[in-house]
Amino acid sequence: MTDPTPNPNTPLNALRDQDIARPPRSQWRDVWDQFKHHKGALLGGGFLLFVTLAVLFGEYIWQVDPTQLDIRNKDIRPIFSAIWDSDAKVSWAHPLGSDNLGRDHLAQIIAGGRASMAVGWAAMLLTMLIGTTIGVLAGFFKRLDGPLMRFTDLVLSLPILPLMLVAVTLFRQPLRASFGPETGMFILIVAVIGVTSWMQTARIVRGDVLALKEREFVLAARASGTTGRGIIFRHLLPNVLSPIMVSATLGLATAIITESALSFLGVGFPSDFPTWGKMLADAVPRMQEYPERVMLPGIMISLTVLSVNYLGDGLRDALDPRIRGR
Amino acid sequence: MLTFTIRRLVLAIPTLLIISLVIFLLLQLAPGDPMAQVPLTVPPEVKEKMREALGLGQPLHIQFWKWLVQMFWVEPKVLIDWLTRDSWMFGWLPDTALYQDELRVISWQTRSPVFDIVVQRLPQTLWVVGMSYVVGILIALPIGIYSAYRQYSLFDQAGTFITMIGFSIPPFFTGPLLIVIFSVQLGWFPFIYDTTHEVVDWDTFVYQLKQMIMPVMVLALQTTAQISRFMRASVLDNLNQDYVRTARAKGLGEAVVVMIHVLRNSMIPVVTVIALGVPGIFGGAIITEVVFSVNGIGQLLITALFANDLPMVMTITFMFAVLIVMFNLIADILYGVLDPRIRYD
Repeated sequence: MTDPTPNPNTPLNALRDQDIARPPRSQWRDVWDQFKHHKGALLGGGFLLFVTLAVLFGEYIWQVDPTQLDIRNKDIRPIFSAIWDSDAKVSWAHPLGSDNLGRDHLAQIIAGGRASMAVGWAAMLLTMLIGTTIGVLAGFFKRLDGPLMRFTDLVLSLPILPLMLVAVTLFRQPLRASFGPETGMFILIVAVIGVTSWMQTARIVRGDVLALKEREFVLAARASGTTGRGIIFRHLLPNVLSPIMVSATLGLATAIITESALSFLGVGFPSDFPTWGKMLADAVPRMQEYPERVMLPGIMISLTVLSVNYLGDGLRDALDPRIRGR
Repeated sequence: MLTFTIRRLVLAIPTLLIISLVIFLLLQLAPGDPMAQVPLTVPPEVKEKMREALGLGQPLHIQFWKWLVQMFWVEPKVLIDWLTRDSWMFGWLPDTALYQDELRVISWQTRSPVFDIVVQRLPQTLWVVGMSYVVGILIALPIGIYSAYRQYSLFDQAGTFITMIGFSIPPFFTGPLLIVIFSVQLGWFPFIYDTTHEVVDWDTFVYQLKQMIMPVMVLALQTTAQISRFMRASVLDNLNQDYVRTARAKGLGEAVVVMIHVLRNSMIPVVTVIALGVPGIFGGAIITEVVFSVNGIGQLLITALFANDLPMVMTITFMFAVLIVMFNLIADILYGVLDPRIRYD
């Protein structure tokens, strides 16, 4: 009885936490937990991931050259048309059929998807870069606010689709000459989409930066001697990340649709380079006999854009701290 | 309000001037050659003369100034002359005869004034685009109201899904899709829009309706998706307001509360969205016109682009810009007129 047993009722022990302290939950874990509840967003994100992987690695699994002409096996119907039409010309060598020159449709969809997705992602990144830069500059530096926002208003009142058509038609030749037909067109389309669709992002970012700039943590950072550059990159940009991510999903959807629209109108990539919009446009004259050639690329475009839109919807809910946790 | 309108109108002039300059410079920077289609057997000096005849030899600022003069001085004179001579509204006025054979904006393709061609093409576009916008709004408003009134109901969920689809399916896919279903499989509607068709009796009227249904539906789907979302959000905002509780508390029926009190207040932002969407729908009409072979403004722009017909492209693009600036202005003014809390002065 000489050595004292630890008494749980001493004041010091009573103050101690009984259970082990867990590390604090990170913000992104909260976002993910909320995101998981949005079924459409999960499905959309999953489908987008699937399409991206499929167009990236599809050519290693389905090793058929999309531009290979095979005139003997032309006009093959997709394999599933044998279900309702036993006389249909189908072949397991071409599961989704072949076109009027015998090019394999599945390989074309994969190659076309790669072009469409590449343009979509690149144009979206460019849009976000321009929009965020202009938005942050206008929001943070008072002197630049007026001129930059007037400029944004001016660009907003430009007729975008006609100007895009003008730019793509008229600058096609020199860019093709200097970068080759495919790369030149890629640069041109990405640049045109990027230059014409940054305005909404810039406005959203400017508004958020204007509000954040007046908050105490920015004042504290300024008081502790952080430079303007440091404030922008350390304190402002991480805080405007969520609206940027939401408008990035919208930008991706618009970019994919715009690229397909340009290809559809015949001002996109060169004719032997498949994209979804171009496949759709090429199939329209013969859609009476072969409706599936219109349907397949069209469904691919629509499903991809739909999944991106649902992803954006879910992200918006998940990134909004007022909705999160409910 | 009046001063605001006047100030905005005055501000619109430099905006439009800068926009026209941007379009002009873009067209000039472009290396397309309008002489590209001329046969190679034509000697170079003749080609040079042809270029000068098109007004290409002059420096940029003179070309731009001449376009401005033609657009804002000569063309209005032609318009006023036409109004006082041929139109039923002002035909009783004496013929002003302002136009004295100055050079108008001439298309390089057809060598006829651009505006004559535009006037020929305008009715088709206006019919299809205007009709689709009206149809789209008429479908969108009830959907928006009902999905807000029964929020999270089956109808609301279905409405959300359909608007999501409307956002996601591009018109160049819905167009061929409708053609495959209704023209090819069912054979109900013609898939080429016949612009020479004239409505004289009941049968031709039915035919006109049939050929308009598909392009109108394609364009209306986009409109419906956007406007019904806005309408739903706006009605949802208003349903939780105090005045709605007051109206219910004093014993008004649900129909009156929703259709009169809530509807009128929630229409304010929606009306401006409707005004802002008008230029966009003209842009969207470009693709729809190509799909259904409607020879409207959009199709004119595309053919002019491929033929390097710069005056035509410049003029049509500028007309789109005028539409955008004008409807932005209309939206701002409408917002101020409808919502007494908004004061611009």
